[in-house]
This record gives sequence, structure tokens and C-alpha cells, in this order.
Amino acid sequence: MPSIKVLAKREEERGPRFTGGHSLCAGCAEPMIVRTVLNAIEDPVVVASPTGCLEVASSRYPTTAWNVPWIHSAFENAAATIAGVEAAYKALSRKGKVTKKIRFVVFGGDGGTYDIGLQALSGALERGHDFLYVVLDNEAYMNTGVQRSSATPRCAHATTSPAGSVVPGKPQDRKDLTEIVVAHRVPYVAQASVSHLIDLANKVERAMQYEGPKFINVLSTCPLGWRVPPDSAVNVAKLAVETCCWPLYEVVEGVYKITYKPKEKLPIEKWLEPQGRFRHLFRPEKREDIIRELQEAVDRHWEELLRKERCTQGG
Amino acid sequence: MRKVMTGHKAVAEAMRQIEPDVVAVYPITPQSEIAEYYAEYVHNGIVKTELIPVESEHSAMSACVGASAAGARVITATASQGLALMVEVLYVAAGLRLPIVMALANRSLSAPINIHCDHSDAYLARDSGAIQIFAESAQEAYDYMIMAQKLAENAKVRLPVIVNLDGFTLTHSSQVVETLPDEAVKDFVGEYDPPYPLLDVDRPVTWGVFAMPDYYFELKRAQQAGMEAAPEAFLEIQKAYSELCGRPYKGFFEAYKLDDAERVIVVMGSTAGTAKAVVDELRDKGERVGLLKVWLWRPFPRAEIAEALAGAKAVAVMDRAISFGNLGALYLDVVSGFAGRPGPTFVNYIYGLGGRDVPMEHIAEVFEGLKEAETGELRYLGLRE
Ligand SMILES: Cc1ncc(C[n+]2csc(CCOP(=O)(O)OP(=O)(O)O)c2C)c(N)n1
Ligand code: SF4
Ligand SMILES: [Mg+2]
Repeated sequence: MPSIKVLAKREEERGPRFTGGHSLCAGCAEPMIVRTVLNAIEDPVVVASPTGCLEVASSRYPTTAWNVPWIHSAFENAAATIAGVEAAYKALSRKGKVTKKIRFVVFGGDGGTYDIGLQALSGALERGHDFLYVVLDNEAYMNTGVQRSSATPRCAHATTSPAGSVVPGKPQDRKDLTEIVVAHRVPYVAQASVSHLIDLANKVERAMQYEGPKFINVLSTCPLGWRVPPDSAVNVAKLAVETCCWPLYEVVEGVYKITYKPKEKLPIEKWLEPQGRFRHLFRPEKREDIIRELQEAVDRHWEELLRKERCTQGG
Repeated sequence: MRKVMTGHKAVAEAMRQIEPDVVAVYPITPQSEIAEYYAEYVHNGIVKTELIPVESEHSAMSACVGASAAGARVITATASQGLALMVEVLYVAAGLRLPIVMALANRSLSAPINIHCDHSDAYLARDSGAIQIFAESAQEAYDYMIMAQKLAENAKVRLPVIVNLDGFTLTHSSQVVETLPDEAVKDFVGEYDPPYPLLDVDRPVTWGVFAMPDYYFELKRAQQAGMEAAPEAFLEIQKAYSELCGRPYKGFFEAYKLDDAERVIVVMGSTAGTAKAVVDELRDKGERVGLLKVWLWRPFPRAEIAEALAGAKAVAVMDRAISFGNLGALYLDVVSGFAGRPGPTFVNYIYGLGGRDVPMEHIAEVFEGLKEAETGELRYLGLRE
């Protein structure tokens, strides 16, 4: 399993696959995730991205931050696009026109994956294309101004689900996309976080041992949308993991494994309070009622995950 | 080889002979049989194509974009609502200068839902940046599918090409089609040599950039250059193909008894066949009528068409779709060739929507109607008022 040193060395030797020549905000988690994932893959790669922060900030003509082949087509079709690339690879390899082993990776936002791109993703998973889909899950449509997505957690303020005097932020719970992907019975599914980059790199390495669709949903701090300081990307995401709001786990051929279990599960407040998007739950008065409900939901989901781990591991 | 086959089969035969690297399709009436024939070829090992049985037409075009950018030769087919779903990505395909070939089994657009022929789907993609060709017969659909491949991949053109064939009228009716030997088609289309394939990992290319006001305009102007190069390439390809097949493909349109014609119909697709029969009948009676059947609709050969129509007294331009709020799109195209100079009288006929039958009497009515007409008139043919 790789260490940060090994990954850094690999990046130094072959040159960065994703360079600093981008215009993502200071403190954005996306470049850390992209570099970690690409460094964890040994073979040559072709990358696709749907419309979103990463795409816009990395491909402004006439510049590019990509040192690997990369394609953007539209917002909802990254999975279908990479499916086409992969099919072309198979056809051209058969003809001997392509001789190298190439791996295919998508980096998509939560909007481009949970919402508008879900159909294309489901289709590509069902057809069994050989690719890795990585979600940069910052829990809203950041590129277009922090609008809600189905990944936005309940009660978070977003510009289309604002914290108002009657409705305190987003009324609905987030969609559990990771479990939706598990239901497609693809060989490898995982959740990871920018706060645990070695865990992420390990997951990528493990994923790439399988042929077929592989999916990793990565929590990706957006300082702008979450209203946290730019130097807090890692620390804030860590709180999501320590509170079990964002469990780190993998499902390998249907078997669940929680890759990190907090020694002591922190109360959900610890994750909510530092973020401006949840400020209305604490000021002008603390909404104990809502926080209790949110805590209960987290507890339920965590217990459910522990049960799934026990059941599928046959323990 | 001469065989009786449907338009579907003719298109599928051309595809089998071209044997593209990737085909991504989604079923829709009246296109589905093309997808079905091709799946048969793939699953029986007749072709080595990667078939992507996508979950929607949006993904069909998206997969085509990915595969084409990767360096593969790619074909798809659709109709009506399927094209409507594809249109977003069709614009992307054209903007990325990807030589994707598509058979479009022309069918009306909803609402009301209707599975029969008109050209509203093709009109929807009019400004997409795709080249559009209209076939009159199953034979022409077969021939143009093969020519389209070369046109799309021409180094100066590099654009998607749509081959339109009327739903049901052409897709489902059996006609005699003369096909070329497999080897002749393979030689004619040759090997595809993509300039910047994504799969060349040693020469990484960034596809699908973000362009701000400082560059977007120049990039779109450069795309227009592909369209500008298309007519010359089209003629060259027709010439080479005609030599191969022995059928005369010459020009952007077919001029039928046009030379001395006073009253002329301009039309696209299978209705041209009916119109030819009417022209023959009226000519037998000594009437000077003629037909101009448009093959290449985008880019539109307005100067050449204007030249061909300059001697006519009255012209009926027939649109098989309404451009809501204005005269028909083909009408405006044809008239644009006369901008600023005198020309014949031009009347616009809207006809055949949602598969409304276009019998010979209706075409004869159009020629009759041209005896008294005023430019800019909009008439509905075969409509119950
Ligand atoms: C069909 C379509 N609808 C809407 C948009 C506008 N749009 C572009 S990016 C985006 C949000 C991206 O959000 P996400 O996928 O979460 O990525 P992020 O920017 O947050 O990383 C939206 C709504 C679009 N480009 N295309
Ligand atoms: S808005 Fe958020 S996700 Fe987008 S670049 Fe800035 S910090 Fe990153
Ligand atoms: Mg997002």
C-alpha cells in the first residue's frame, strides 16, 4: 500500500499529471484528491470530467492544467463519455492501433453525478465498462454559486435552499449515492475523504485491481460553499469522518469493510458548528431539536453500516 | 449486388461494410431496426465493432463523442425525440470537430406524439454544426452513409454528418438497392487516421476546453471553416463514389427537368420521388415544370441553387416542418440566395406533417398553384381546414 512518500516520489519521477496551473480557489480540496488518485495509478490514464469547478478551473483556453489526456463534453454525461472512450480503447487495441495498457478515470462533482448525471452513471455501471468514477463530493453545485444538490446535507444553507426564517436550509436528507452504486453490484465501491489521503490512495490501488466499474465517493471540502477558512479543508472533512457523518468504507465484491472506525464517535455538532452553512442551527439560538434529529439520523446510518459489515463479512 | 431491402437494411448494410470501431445506439421508431440489425451483426461475429447499448440517446451521442475523441470511427442512428435528447451533445460533437456519422430516420416531434415522418427532427438540429444530407430513396441512404463517412473525416471538414431518410416511407418500405462489394466500401472509406486521439497517452491533449469571451468567438469562427470546406469535399467524394458505383451523384442537389422549367418545386427527401412522377405527367401535357431535390442541406448551397432557379417564373419551396412563427426554414434558405436581386416568385408550402400522405394530386396542386402566386405566401398542403 502506498505512503505519501511513495506517491510524491512517483509524481516527481513522471511529472505531475495534474499541475498547479489551475484556478481552483485557495484551500479547495479538489486538487488534493485529483493528484492523490492519479498518483495512485501506475498505468497511463485518460481522464474525463463533467462541467463543474474542476473542469472550468483546469481547462481555460488556451491553457490547461492536465498533463494527461482529458476530455470534457457536458454536465450530465461524463460516464457515457468515458464509456465511449473505453469502447474505443477496446476496439483499437483489438486492431493493434493502441498497444499500451490505459486506465480510465472520471472526476465528477456531486451535481454532475448524484443528480443530472445519475442516469448516465447507472447505464455505464450496468454495462460494465472498465473505468474508475471518482466523485468530488462538495455537497452542492459550487461552480454555479452554491446551489443545493441531492448530496447537500439536511439543513445546510445553499443558495436554492437558503436558511430562511421559516425553512432552516435544505429540508431533505442527502441521497445515499454510494449505496445506489453498491446496488449495481459493481466490483468495487468506496467512500473516502480528503482528510484521509492515504486511505484514498489505498482505495484507488485496490479498486484498480478489478476489471469493470469502480466507484469512489470522496468528501471534498469547499471552503467557499461550506463557509470555512481556506486552511481548514482537511480538518473540517476530518470532523465529518470522526462524527460518522461521512464514514470511510469500501464494498469489495459485495463485502463491506469500514476502513476507519473513530475510537470515540464525536457528536454531530462538532462537524456542524465550524461551518457557516450550518450557522443558523446555532445562532441566534441553538436549535437543539433539529440537532437531535440530525444526530439520530447519523446514529441510525452508522449502525446500519456496522450491521452491513457484520452481515457481509459473515461475522 | 441488386437486392430488395428496406431503408433500414440499406443503412445497416452500409454500416456493416464500413464496420466502424464503435456504434452507440438507442432504439426509437422508426429507427430501431437499424440498431437491431447491427446488434445481430455484432452478436454473430459478422463485425468487430464495439456496440454500446446505451440507456438513452443523450448517452448515445455522449459515448460517440468519447469514442470519436479517443480516435475511433463512430456511427449512430436515431429519430425524433431521440435526436431532441441528443441535440445538446450534437452541438458538442460539432464544436469538438468530431466526424460522427448519424442516420436520422425522420419522424415528427411531440406533442402530440406521432411516430410518422416529417422533418422537424432534422430542423431541430439545423444550427447544430452537423452537416445534413437528405436521401430520396433507400439507395441514396445507402450511398450517402458511405459518402458521409469520408465527408465527416475529411481533414478540412471534420464535422458530424447526418444522413436523413424519411421514417417509414424509406425506412420500412422495400426497394431495390444496389450494394457495393464489401472490399470496395472498405477501400473507399479507408482507414481512419485521427489527428489528436485521446488514447495517444504520450501526446496528451485537452479536449472540451472552457473558452471565455476572449477566445470563444474565434473558436466558433474556426468551426465555420469546416462547414465552408464541406461543399468542395462533398463534390470530390461524390465524384469518386460515382465512379465506383456507376450511379451519377453530381452536385449539391438533383435537377430534374429543370433547364427550361417555368414552375419549379424545391423539396427534400422521399417526396421528390412523387414529385418526379408528377413532373413527368405534366411534361407529357406540355407544361414546363421541374424539380430541384436538395441533397446537401447544411451547409446550404444557396448560390448554386439560386443559379439553378434563376430562370424559373415561380418556385414552390416545400418544408416538411413548421418553423413556428415564420416561413419554413428551407424556404428562407432558398430565398436567401436571391438576396438583393430579382428572382422568381417564391411560395412556401408546408406539407406532410406527422406522416400526412403526399399523393401525386397534391403535388399537381402545388404546380397548379404556382400559376397564381405571390412571394412570401405560406400555404398548407393536404391540410383539412
Ligand atoms: C445541462 C446543464 N444544466 C446546468 C448547467 C449549469 N451547471 C454547470 S456546473 C453546475 C454545477 C456543478 O456542480 P457539481 O457537479 O457539484 O460540481 P462542483 O462545481 O460543485 O465541483 C451547473 C448547475 C450546465 N452546464 N448544463
Ligand atoms: S467554489 Fe469550492 S469547489 Fe469550487 S473551486 Fe472554490 S473551493 Fe473549490
Ligand atoms: Mg459539487
